[in-house]
Amino acid sequence: MSSTGTTLKHYFVNHDQQFDAAKLGMWLFLVTEILLFSGMFVAYAVYRSWHPEVFVQASELLDWRLGALNTVVLLASSFTVALSIHFIQKGENDKVVVLLLMTLLCAAIFMVVKYFEYSGKFSHGVFPGAGFEPHGIIDGKDYSTYDIPFAPQFFSIYFVMTGIHGVHVLVGMGVFVWLVTRVARGHFSPQWYTPVELTGLYWHLVDIIWIFLFPLLYLI
Amino acid sequence: MNEQGSIWLPESASTVAGDVDALFYFILVTSAIIFVGVMGAMVTFAWRYRRRSENDRPEPVRESKLVEASWIAIPSILVAVVFVWGFRVFLELGIAPPNSYEINVTARKWSWTFTYPNGAVSTDLHVPVNRPVKLRMISDDVVHSFFVPAFRVKADVLQGRYSYVWFEATRVDTFNIVCAEYCGTAHSDMYANVVVQSQDDFEGWLVENMDDGSLTPAQRGERSYELEGCWPCHSLDGTTLAGPTFLGLAGSTRNFTDGTSAVADDNYLRMSIVNPAQQVVEGFLPVMPQQYALDLSTEEIDALVEFIKEQQ
Amino acid sequence: MSEGSHNYLSARKGLWSWLATTDHKRIGILYAMACGTFFLLGGILATFVRTELGTPGETILDQDGYNQIFTLHGVVMVFLVIIPAIPGILGNFVLPIQIGAKDVAFPRLNLASWYLFMAGALMAVFGWLFVGNVDTGWTFYTPYSSGASNAVLWLTSAVFVAGFASIFTGLNFIVTVHKMRAPGMTWNRLPLFVWAIYATGIVQVLATPVIGITMVLLFLEKLMQIGIFDPALGGDPVLFQHFFWFYSHPAVYIMILPAMGIISDLMGTFSRQQVSGYTFIALSSVAIAFLGFLVWGHHMFVAGQSALSSIIFSMLTFLIGIPTGIKVFNWVATMYKGSVWLRTPMIYALMFLFLFSIGGLTGIMVGVLAVDVHLHDTYFVVAHFHYVMMGGALIGLIGGLHYWWPKITGRMYNETAGVIAAILVFIGFNVTFFPQFFLGSRGMPRRYHDYTELLPNFPEFAPLNLVSTIGSYILAVGLLMILVYALYSLFKGPKAPANPWGACTLEWTHTGRLPDEHNFHETPLVTRGPYDFRLADDVFGPKEED
Ligand code: HEA
Ligand code: HEA
Ligand code: HEC
Ligand code: CUA
Ligand SMILES: [Cu+2]
Repeated sequence: MSSTGTTLKHYFVNHDQQFDAAKLGMWLFLVTEILLFSGMFVAYAVYRSWHPEVFVQASELLDWRLGALNTVVLLASSFTVALSIHFIQKGENDKVVVLLLMTLLCAAIFMVVKYFEYSGKFSHGVFPGAGFEPHGIIDGKDYSTYDIPFAPQFFSIYFVMTGIHGVHVLVGMGVFVWLVTRVARGHFSPQWYTPVELTGLYWHLVDIIWIFLFPLLYLI
Repeated sequence: MNEQGSIWLPESASTVAGDVDALFYFILVTSAIIFVGVMGAMVTFAWRYRRRSENDRPEPVRESKLVEASWIAIPSILVAVVFVWGFRVFLELGIAPPNSYEINVTARKWSWTFTYPNGAVSTDLHVPVNRPVKLRMISDDVVHSFFVPAFRVKADVLQGRYSYVWFEATRVDTFNIVCAEYCGTAHSDMYANVVVQSQDDFEGWLVENMDDGSLTPAQRGERSYELEGCWPCHSLDGTTLAGPTFLGLAGSTRNFTDGTSAVADDNYLRMSIVNPAQQVVEGFLPVMPQQYALDLSTEEIDALVEFIKEQQ
Repeated sequence: MSEGSHNYLSARKGLWSWLATTDHKRIGILYAMACGTFFLLGGILATFVRTELGTPGETILDQDGYNQIFTLHGVVMVFLVIIPAIPGILGNFVLPIQIGAKDVAFPRLNLASWYLFMAGALMAVFGWLFVGNVDTGWTFYTPYSSGASNAVLWLTSAVFVAGFASIFTGLNFIVTVHKMRAPGMTWNRLPLFVWAIYATGIVQVLATPVIGITMVLLFLEKLMQIGIFDPALGGDPVLFQHFFWFYSHPAVYIMILPAMGIISDLMGTFSRQQVSGYTFIALSSVAIAFLGFLVWGHHMFVAGQSALSSIIFSMLTFLIGIPTGIKVFNWVATMYKGSVWLRTPMIYALMFLFLFSIGGLTGIMVGVLAVDVHLHDTYFVVAHFHYVMMGGALIGLIGGLHYWWPKITGRMYNETAGVIAAILVFIGFNVTFFPQFFLGSRGMPRRYHDYTELLPNFPEFAPLNLVSTIGSYILAVGLLMILVYALYSLFKGPKAPANPWGACTLEWTHTGRLPDEHNFHETPLVTRGPYDFRLADDVFGPKEED
C-alpha cells in the first residue's frame, strides 16, 4: 500500500474501476447508515403517535435557538466540504487545507454546543432512562412540572439519537484531521482525490440526518 | 379429525378446534401431494437420466414457457385458497361472541391466577361447558403465553396491556394449560389445568370458592401463597427452587450476598415480600418480583407472614 | 498447468501470512476454520439439549443450565455459523474467481470483516463464560432480556459487532459483482451462485443495520433503563419484537439464498445441462430478497399485534412460496434429459431438495394465520426451522464444500466415505427432526426443559423425544465422519485434477489444480454462459496422477 495511494491496486484493471468501486462502496455504506438511523426514527414516530401531547410538551425543554445554531454550523461545514472538493479538483491544495480546517472548526463548535446542551440537561436531572428526575427552574420553565409519564421516553430518544449522531460527528472529525495532514503533504491531485470525495459524502449524510433531527426534536 | 386426535393433532375439545383442524389437514395433504410430486420427479429424473459414461453429451432441452407459467400459477392459486381460509378461521378465533363469560387472568413467573366475576380466585381455570368464555389476560412481569392445545387457542400475555383469548369448551374434562412464551427458569413448569364443568357444577364451584371471610389469617396466607404464585419459587418441604424454602425460614438466621446477616423475624419477612431486592439471600439471584408491594394489601401480607411462620 | 510453487497456498508461508492476508481465498479459509469450530460448539450444545430431553425428568442439566444451553446453541448457530458461513467461506473463495476478478473490491475491508466477526464471537463467549447467565433465547425478547444478567450486555454487543462484519461482507460482494467482472462476463452469464450471493448482499446491507440499532437500544435499556422496550417503564415490548424480526426474518434469507446458489451450480454441473430457467432462478433470488423484508410480522401472530397487520403479513408470507417454488421446480427440471452424475455433492443437492421442501412447505403451514395460532412456539416451529436451516442452508454448504474441496485443497476426498456419511446424515437428520413435527402439532411448547408434568395428557411425548434424541446421535456420527475423512484427505488424499467434475465456470476452467495467488495470470475473456457444456467440450482438466 503505497502512501500516496495513487497507485493502482493490482486487482483493479484501471483507475476508473478503482474509483467507481470505492464510490459505490461508500454509497452502500451510507445506505446502511440511513437504515441505522431509520430504526430510531421509527421508534420516535411510534412514541410520538402514541403520546403526541407529551412529546410536544417535552420538546419545549430543548432550546431551539441552540439547535438552530447547530443547524447553521453544520450547513456551513457541508458547504466548506463541498468547496474543498471543488478546489482539489483544480489542484489548489492550500485552499483545501484551509477549507477542511474550517470544516473541523464547525464540527468542533457543534460538539461544544452539544456539550453545553447536554450538561445543562444533566444538571437539572434530565437524564436518559432511570435517572430522569427533572428539577429546577430555567428560563421561567419549572422543570419539575415536566416529570410526566412518557416524557422519559422523549428524552431517551433525544439522547440516543443525538448521541449516536454526535458519535458520527466525532468520527468525521477524526477523518478530517487525517485528511488535512494528507492534503498538506500533497498526497492528492486532481487525478486522484477519492478519500476527500468520499469523506465529503459521509459528511453530507451526517448533515442531512441532523436536518431531520432538528425539527423533529426541537421544533414540533 | 375425531375428538381423540391423531398422530398430528391432540384431542380437540372446543368449537373452533374442528375448523382449525380441517384447515390444518387440508394444507398438510396438499403439501404432501406437492412434496410427493416433486420428489417423484426428482428420483425419476435422477435415475432415468443417470450418467452412463463420461462421454454423455446431453442435448440441451428447450424450456417450455407453458411449464414455467404453470408452476407459477398453480402454487399461486393454492396459496390464495389457503390464505382466505386461514383468514376466516383467524377471525373466528379472534372475535369472541358477545355473550361470553369473562374471566380475568394474571400471569407471572411462573404461575397463573384466574379471577371470576363473583370474586372467586383460583390457580386452575374452571369453565362451564358449551358456553363461550373470554379471558382478559395481563402479566406481572415478562411475556408469557396462554396455550391450551386441546382448544387450539394461544395468545401472548404482556405486562401493561390486556390481551384476550376466547373459546367454547365442548366436553366435560380436564385439559392442560401451558406457557408457550419463554419466561425464564421454570418456564416449563408454568402449567395449570382447565377444568371444564357442567353449568351446575361450575356454579356450585364458584359459590364454594367465594372468599366469605371465615378463614384464619394463616389459612388466608396459604390461599395467597397459592394464588399469588409464591409456590413456584418457594417450597414448603425444604426443597430449593428459584427461591429459599419456607420450611424453617421464620426465626432462622439469614446470610445475604452483601455479607450481612439477619434473623428472620416478622419485619424481616414483611420487608422480604414488599422489597425483595433490598437484601438478597446468599445463593440466590434477585429475581423475586417487585410487584407484590403494589398487588398485595396489608392484610394479605400479614396473612402471608403468618403462614410462613407456620412452616416449621 | 499450475506449477506447484506459485499457487495461493505456497506463495507465502507462516502464520502471519495468514493473519494479515488480503487474499480472498485465504480469508475464505479463515472463515472456514472459525465457522467450523463454532459449528462443532453449537452442535455439541445441541447434543446436550437433545440428551436432556431424551427422557422425562432432569437428565443432565437443571432448568437454568438447560435455558443457557439452548440459548447459546441458537445464538452460536445463527450468528456465528449460518449467517457468516456460506458468504464467508465459499462466497469469498469462489465468487471473485467465478466472475474473473483478481480479488474482491476491498480486500482489506474483507480481512477487517473477519476480525470484526471474530471479535464478536469472542465477546459472546467471554460474556457467557465470565459475566453471567445468558438464558434469553436467541430472540432476546424484552422485558425478559432487559432484566436478565449483565451477560446480555456482552451478547448484544457481540451481535452488533458481528453484524457489522456481515454488512461489510455484503457490501464488498455487491461492489465486486458490479465493478469487477471480467470482460464478457455479462449479468446473464453470471453463475447462479454469484447471483445468490449478490442478492444476499442486498439483504445484508439493508437489514443488518436494523439489528444493529435494536441491539444498541436493548443495550441501553439494560444499562440505564431508557424505557423504550420495558413495559414497567412505559416502553413497548412488542416494538422490540417488530425491530428484532425486521432483521431476523430477512436474515433467514441471508442463510438460505447462498445455499440455493450452491444448489443451482451443483444441479447444472452434475446434470451436464444448462440450468433450467436461468433467468427465473436469478431473478427469484432478488425477488425473495425484497419480499423477505415485508413478512417479519408472521413471527408475531399471537404476540399482540393488530389483526389487520397479521392478515397482511400472512398474505405476503405466502408470496415468498412462489419464487421459491420456481427455484425448486427448475432444479428438478434441470435433471430432465441430462446426464446425472451422482457424486457426493450431487447427493447433497438432492438431499437439500428433499429437506428444504419439507421445511419450506411447513413454513407455509405456520404462515397460515389460524393454524399458526396453534403451532406458534411449539416444536412444530422448531422442526420447521431446522429443516430449512440445517436441512437447507447447512446441507447446501456441506454439498458446496465437497464440490469445491478439490479446488480449495487440491486433493480429493474419499467418495465412498462421502456417500456413507451423506446417508447417515440424511437418516439421522430425519429421525431427529421429523418426530418434532408430531411433538409440536400435538402441543409440546419449545424451550421446555422438561415435559414430565404433561405426560398424563400427552403420553406420546416421551417416545417421540427419545426417537428424536437417538436421531441426533446418528446425525452427530455422520457429521463426525465427514470431519474425519476431510482431515484425512487434507493430508493424505490423492491429488485432484484441475477440473474433476467437468464444470464450466471459470474457477474450474481457468485456474490450475490450486488457483494462483492472484487467481489468473491474465484476465479471462468470457464468451459463453456458466453452464454451456456444449461449447466447453474439453472441460475435464488433465488428470494428475500422483
Ligand atoms: C433458513 C432459514 C429459514 C427459511 C428459508 C424459512 C422459510 C420460510 N419460513 Fe421460517 N423460520 C425460520 C427460518 C427459516 N424460515 C426460523 C429460524 C424460525 C423461528 C424463529 C424463532 O422463533 O426462533 C422460523 C419461523 C417461521 C414462522 C413463525 C412461526 C411461529 O413462530 O409461529 C413462519 C410463519 O409464517 C415461517 C414461515 C416461513 C415461510 C413461509 C418460508 C418460505 O420462505 C418457504 C418457501 C419454500 C417453500 C414453500 C417450499 C418449496 C416450494 C414448493 C415445493 C412449491 C410449492 C409451494 C406452494 C404451493 C406454496 N417461518
Ligand atoms: C443453523 C442453525 C441450527 C443448526 C444447524 C441446529 C442444529 C441442531 N439443533 Fe438447533 N436450534 C437453532 C438453530 C440450529 N440448530 C435455533 C436458532 C434454535 C432456537 C433457540 C432458541 O429457542 O432460542 C434451536 C433450538 C433447538 C432445539 C429446541 C430447544 C428448545 O426449544 O428447548 C433443539 C432440540 O432438539 C435443537 C436441536 C438441534 C440438533 C440436534 C441439531 C443438530 O443438527 C446438530 C448437529 C451437529 C453436531 C452434532 C456437531 C458435530 C459436527 C461435527 C463433528 C463436524 C463439524 C466440523 C466441521 C464442519 C469442521 N435445536
Ligand atoms: C420468581 C420467583 C419468586 C416468586 C414468584 C416469589 N419469590 Fe420470594 N424469593 C425469591 C428469591 C430468588 C428469593 C431469595 C433472594 C432474595 O432475597 O431476594 C426470595 C426471597 C423471599 C423471602 C426471604 C426468604 C429468606 O430466605 O430470607 C421471603 C419471605 C419471600 N421470598 C416471600 C415470598 C412471597 C410471600 C411470595 C409470593 C407472594 C414470593 N416470595 C414470591 C423468588 C421468588
Ligand atoms: Cu411463562 Cu413461559
Ligand atoms: Cu420469518
